Amino acid sequence: MQTSNNTNNSYLSSQTPPSGGWGAGSLISSVVPLPIENVDTDQIIPARFLKATDKKGFGDNLFADWRFNKDGSPKTEFVLNDPNYTGEILVAGKNFGSGSSREHAAWAIAGYGFKVVVSSFFADIFRNNALNNGVLPVVVSPEFLAEIFESVNKDSKTTLKVDLKSQTIINNATGKSESIEINSYKKDCLLNGFDDIDYLLSKKELIEEWEKKASTAH
Amino acid sequence: MRKEKDKDNDMTTNTKQISPSGFNESSAERGRGASTLFDKIWDAHVVSTIEDGPTQLYIDRHFCHEVTSPQAFNGLRERGLKVFRPEKTTMTADHNTPTKDQHLPVKDPVSRRQLEAFAKNAEEFNMPLFYPLGHEKNGVVHIIGPENGFTQPGMTIVCGDSHTSTHGAFGTIAFGIGTSEVEMVLATQCILQSRPKTMRITFNGRIKPGVTSKDLALYMISKLTTGGATGYFVEYAGEAIRNLTMEERMTVCNLSIEMGARGGLIAPDETTFNYMKGREFMPKGEDWERSLAYWKTLKSDEDAVFDKELVFNADDIQPRITYGTNPGMGMGINESIPTLDQIDEAGRISFKKSLDYMGFKPGERLLGKKIDYVFLGSCTNGRIEDFRLFTNYIKGKKKADNIIAWLVPGSWKVRKQIEEEGLDKILEEAGFEIREPGCSACLAMNDDKIPAGKYAVSTTNRNFEGRQGQGARTILAGPLVAAAAAVNGKITMPTP
Ligand code: SF4
Repeated sequence: MQTSNNTNNSYLSSQTPPSGGWGAGSLISSVVPLPIENVDTDQIIPARFLKATDKKGFGDNLFADWRFNKDGSPKTEFVLNDPNYTGEILVAGKNFGSGSSREHAAWAIAGYGFKVVVSSFFADIFRNNALNNGVLPVVVSPEFLAEIFESVNKDSKTTLKVDLKSQTIINNATGKSESIEINSYKKDCLLNGFDDIDYLLSKKELIEEWEKKASTAH
Repeated sequence: MRKEKDKDNDMTTNTKQISPSGFNESSAERGRGASTLFDKIWDAHVVSTIEDGPTQLYIDRHFCHEVTSPQAFNGLRERGLKVFRPEKTTMTADHNTPTKDQHLPVKDPVSRRQLEAFAKNAEEFNMPLFYPLGHEKNGVVHIIGPENGFTQPGMTIVCGDSHTSTHGAFGTIAFGIGTSEVEMVLATQCILQSRPKTMRITFNGRIKPGVTSKDLALYMISKLTTGGATGYFVEYAGEAIRNLTMEERMTVCNLSIEMGARGGLIAPDETTFNYMKGREFMPKGEDWERSLAYWKTLKSDEDAVFDKELVFNADDIQPRITYGTNPGMGMGINESIPTLDQIDEAGRISFKKSLDYMGFKPGERLLGKKIDYVFLGSCTNGRIEDFRLFTNYIKGKKKADNIIAWLVPGSWKVRKQIEEEGLDKILEEAGFEIREPGCSACLAMNDDKIPAGKYAVSTTNRNFEGRQGQGARTILAGPLVAAAAAVNGKITMPTP
């Protein structure tokens, strides 16, 4: 029984794109630079904030220990507290999102208002979690990444264009671009506001069939 | 090479399904040439594949805890869904639980609410395998799985916790997932995953006496770095791995994620079967025999090709510690922290930031460094053998006065065994006490937090900034190094 070839994605038709999501297909924004490597999910959202039972409010505690003093006052030297750097794109050093599988990290990033994270390397689980929350992880070459940091260093108003439809990212300060790798299934999901559970639910019969075969195979 | 392999899989995976319990037809026999153990298990669990997209994978066992599941159950409620196969999910409270007085109501109201939500979800969704605080089967999720026989070779296993890789020690595909994926598993017993690449890491030789499997794993992570295995599923092989006990193998597989791997697995053998036999949720009688016959087929074919192969020599490995703020920043206990010129330029900002946080200097040696806390526990080193090793070293010695030690068994069963073997008496005489089970200071969500600026030698898996408490400085090590630190009050070579 052949079940692949869902390229026409008929299951998408009934879905309405989420407002403010990737429905528009592209985004131009200034960036928040974080030139630190191996930023782990314990930094993105420390464990003591994981006690909530819903997905709301995590953005307030994004990078909490780098961002706030013990008394709750902002650490002025941290980039999120620097009014020069704003925007919907976070640009970080390599191996972003390593460590814990907590999806709270993706909720914190999305909740804060980021739609894109750019790095030269992402940890696997974070990447999935981001995509499942409408945040696009964009992998660029180390050189391209270094150049973004340089451009932003020179001019904090530097913008990037992230075009999901054509799968390109452009550094508007230099005009240079790289392509964005994403499989067509996930791309469709983002553009149409469809998620994996919708897909899996549409495959219930197939799952039951699989279970039957599995239990009678010997 | 890889491309071809993928294509091959895509064409064949849907045509033939094999049972995850008791099937006996290997991929090789299906005429597809040599396969790795990972390929065999993966292929047997493919329900469908999406062209230029992920694979729909059937999940045999799902573990669930209170911190990463509430939003998933909420999702089911919002969509009006039931749990599809409740008997395939095992629930235990561990991350956010106190390690003292578990019979009393949890003091922190936010933690209490999360635990109550967990219980409510178990009830509302009719989950039969629910082990709340104090239950005899309660404990850290990756400890209670193998301990009770939920973890069996050839399975696909997931949990909303990255150290799910632990279960790979039994020859399973086991990996951590996010909460959206927890919801998928609850709703459909499936998830969508891209197929990872395969890597084999072979350890020749044998680890020396006084060196633990934790040292072996820390050695490997420092060689690969924290991102060195990202995108891969690792199979561990070689004489040194074969000679490990099941608990030692679990420690190695547990730490796979710390080098970025999706997971790590070890082919099952007699050591595995001896450990499993008779455990509560294992097949019994004829079923056991039939399963055993299948489990024995679970190994990589001789000529299987991995996307990447690494070979290490286990004889070289010394007791190890970490000096920085990720598990890859490690060294032999008598070595020195790298100097700045040994670090590549792009990494220097992070390296300096890390050493600043730890209060260490480039080039510094840490042997003899005074420390404040010792933590024995977690899904990495919270099993009975870890407590035996620790106690054995402590016997006849005394805890150093400057040390606060938290000894937290991984489960109630581990704690019971500690008592049955009389280890608790020996530890008490030396000035230690055994606490109640849970994740505890591994992630410091409960009250067990290392204070800011204090040094902890910890048998856990992560030395990230703030992982064990805001400002806490974690030095990762095995149970023997932890024991030596506990009696000497400083970092010491654990010679008997
Ligand atoms: S002991 Fe630590 S690593 Fe293991 S499951 Fe608990 S929090 Fe996660």
